[in-house]
Amino acid sequence: MEFQTLTSPHTALPNSVNKVMLQVILALIPGIVAMTWYFGWGTLINITLAVSCAVGFEALVLWLRKRPIVATLGDLSAVVTAILFAIAVPPTLPWWLTVMGMGFAIIMVKQLYGGLGYNPFNPAMAAYVLLLISYPVQMTSWLPPMSLSAQTLGFTESLSLIFTGALPSGLTMDAITMATPLDEMRTQLDLNHMISEIRESPLWGDFGGLGWEWVGNWFLLGGLWMLYKRTITWHIPLSFLAGLILMAAVFWLFDPESHPFPQFHVFSGGAILGAFFIATDPVTACTTKKGQLIYGASIGVIVYVIRTWGGYPDAVAFAVLLMNMAAPTIDHYTQPRTYGHGGRLSG
Amino acid sequence: MHTPTVKQHARQLWRFHGGLHLPDNKALSLQRPLRTADLPDRLVLPLQQHIGEPAEPLVRVGDSVLKGQKIADNPAPVSSPVHAPTSGRILEISDQPVPHPSGLPGPCIIIEPDGQDRWATLPEPITDYRSASAGTLRTRIRESGIVGMGGATFPSAIKLNPGKPIKTLIINGAECEPYITCDDLLMQTYPERVLEGARILLRLLDAEECLIAVEDNKPSAISILHTHLQEQDRIEVVSIPTLYPSGGEKQLIRILTGLEVPSSGYPAQLGIVCHNVATTAAIADAVLEGKPLISRIVTLTGDGIAEPCNIETPLGIPASDLVVQAAGYTDKVSQLILGGPMMGFDLPTDQIPITKGANCLLAVSEAEAPPTGATLACIRCGRCAEACPAKLLPQQMYWYSRAKDLEKAQDYNLFDCIECGCCSHVCPSHIPLVQYFRYAKTESWAKEKERREAEHAKQRHEFRIARLERLEAERKARLRKKKADLKKKPARKKASGSDGSKKAAIEAALQRAAAKKAQRQTAPKNTQNLTAAQQAQIEAADQRRAEQAPPANDTIREEKE
Repeated sequence: MEFQTLTSPHTALPNSVNKVMLQVILALIPGIVAMTWYFGWGTLINITLAVSCAVGFEALVLWLRKRPIVATLGDLSAVVTAILFAIAVPPTLPWWLTVMGMGFAIIMVKQLYGGLGYNPFNPAMAAYVLLLISYPVQMTSWLPPMSLSAQTLGFTESLSLIFTGALPSGLTMDAITMATPLDEMRTQLDLNHMISEIRESPLWGDFGGLGWEWVGNWFLLGGLWMLYKRTITWHIPLSFLAGLILMAAVFWLFDPESHPFPQFHVFSGGAILGAFFIATDPVTACTTKKGQLIYGASIGVIVYVIRTWGGYPDAVAFAVLLMNMAAPTIDHYTQPRTYGHGGRLSG
Repeated sequence: MHTPTVKQHARQLWRFHGGLHLPDNKALSLQRPLRTADLPDRLVLPLQQHIGEPAEPLVRVGDSVLKGQKIADNPAPVSSPVHAPTSGRILEISDQPVPHPSGLPGPCIIIEPDGQDRWATLPEPITDYRSASAGTLRTRIRESGIVGMGGATFPSAIKLNPGKPIKTLIINGAECEPYITCDDLLMQTYPERVLEGARILLRLLDAEECLIAVEDNKPSAISILHTHLQEQDRIEVVSIPTLYPSGGEKQLIRILTGLEVPSSGYPAQLGIVCHNVATTAAIADAVLEGKPLISRIVTLTGDGIAEPCNIETPLGIPASDLVVQAAGYTDKVSQLILGGPMMGFDLPTDQIPITKGANCLLAVSEAEAPPTGATLACIRCGRCAEACPAKLLPQQMYWYSRAKDLEKAQDYNLFDCIECGCCSHVCPSHIPLVQYFRYAKTESWAKEKERREAEHAKQRHEFRIARLERLEAERKARLRKKKADLKKKPARKKASGSDGSKKAAIEAALQRAAAKKAQRQTAPKNTQNLTAAQQAQIEAADQRRAEQAPPANDTIREEKE
């Protein structure tokens, strides 16, 4: 009898890229629900728009590159990029900025380098940074968490704000938006206010900004679930947070009235989302375990440095892109010791 | 199944990096007891069932052979003889399909069994192996054609001559590949053969201790071996955690001793020798009964086999015959694998013989081993590196193998890859990583061979140049010597003769020259007193000479052009 011959191993393969990406998307859901709860419909509208654009742009480039379209879209990497971008930007971001961001992320940063697996930079973060530098006003106009705001936007109001820029009568952009907690902290510290004074404002919760810290908690839950499912390993998230906490702790102990305590840094801004979902993008991160620890810790340190002494209130995107650049070099110098190559135990 | 609890003193075990917990699927082939194969119409015995030089036939077509008779051998240092598994007649000596990943045929001896199964005169049993010399035992093991039966097929006698003091003998009964149960059943059915073999090897190597390592998913084998241990044995049965590939020699050594075999080194450097359980049992047969290696246990399993089981089978039986004895294939069969699912290779046909290293015929259904489909780009997730038992970075090796940057791939220790398949198994992009590494290794060997050949040619060229230079130098030296001698001679004359004699000599020479000159100016000899006719002849000849010479030169020039 004749048989087909295939290469070993002859097993049902347990993993797939599609499954990995799907797990990332599932893990993001609790955080997205929390964001919608605290900041309104804008987040969901942004996600829908960003996903449609990302998929559309990716299909277009694949068609131009004469690559399989459906199979490639099926890896869901474009969807993950779109969601990460959409939850990083303000819920009121005008639609054309989302379209521009996705065009840049998918076409320039991802596909022009060869598509998934070949991009040196994290596409979502590259797009975020492009927009942050080019449109700083729109990119920093956050809504206050639901419980703080007198005016909340309904679904259609959010829709009209994003697509036409029109607000309900009697409201101005200034009236409905508010600085993010990180921004607020920074501004107040620049005015030489003490942290104990600053934190008397109703903007604050237990650790970070009111509402914000709970969004962080739900993203943390998703991140822990990914650790449990082994979608990601602990190396990057832990070293990221450790780097951030260590820096914050040192300066806080040194001068607690002008440096916020470490938990504030962890539960404000994009730290949790960055540690579990953004810095862990395998394509652009380090691939050796030792390298991942250096990579994560460096991002944590850079985030603290830019937040504290730099020109931007938050810095996850900058820090990730900077370390993306360093990843290949770090990998080169952190090769593990192969079995039988020196070491304590070999003879 | 009730398993008697075995009292074992705790032994420290170590962990190797990575590895996989795989569904072991071993129960499938353990449902039926071990049985013996019926003799087929013909047995096909490849001359190369081992690593090293192929054996040369010692029989001719038409010869009658007896069971256990040596039919092929090679005196080369790394080789192994082949014996007739039954009595019969040599039908053919020719190229036949053999179990090799290349699918290429190899030289085989074909025996037609006579059905009488008559034994040849076997060598004397060495029952008192404790007083036999190591050399005697090694010769017996070599002459019995025993090779590593776990799949490596390296001639065992060579491994038993380590040239270094051995502390630990490891008997490998881990059987970590899913599906395979032949070693499990061997240990359960013939514990005494395994233990006797271990005792012989302990004596032969003069080792301090023997560890029989069995994965803890084989509790029956562990307890049976235990109950057969004797008081004075320096043998310990060690239950190791089930984790693929714990049965890899390097991994097993790490588990049991915490030591690592140096890269491109061998276990004996650590004072360790490792043998498979089936090999150990075969050594016991060879030493205690004089029986050569002519049969082995083969697992027939997978959803593609109607009645999965283990069969004790003569070597050389065609796989197709063996499958028939396990009630044939089911409708679901999609691939036939020789070996386990992780490291075995696909057979294009079942018309190949069972050889010394063939432990399993795995006929899988499409559900068990689905085609992987399209591969995606590497996303550098590093799961391969997490799974790698050699602690390599497969993602980087893949990158460079794919780019054919072989030197860079070797910088990432390509040659430490044991091809266990863990990386390919976990890859979310379904990249056949092991395939790439095999390719890169083969390509590197080819490059290395090319480089060596180029080096050889260069050396020959340089040698030739050097030789020509030497000859030239010698020639010049000779000339110089001659010149020097010539110079010396006059000097000697000057020293011996007087000025007068020299002058006289010069004068005499001058006179001779003058005489010659005078002679040349005179007419040619014998040309005086010629007849008119003779004169005419001479003139005619001169004329011809003058006419012929120029055209002759022209022709030569033309030919040259």
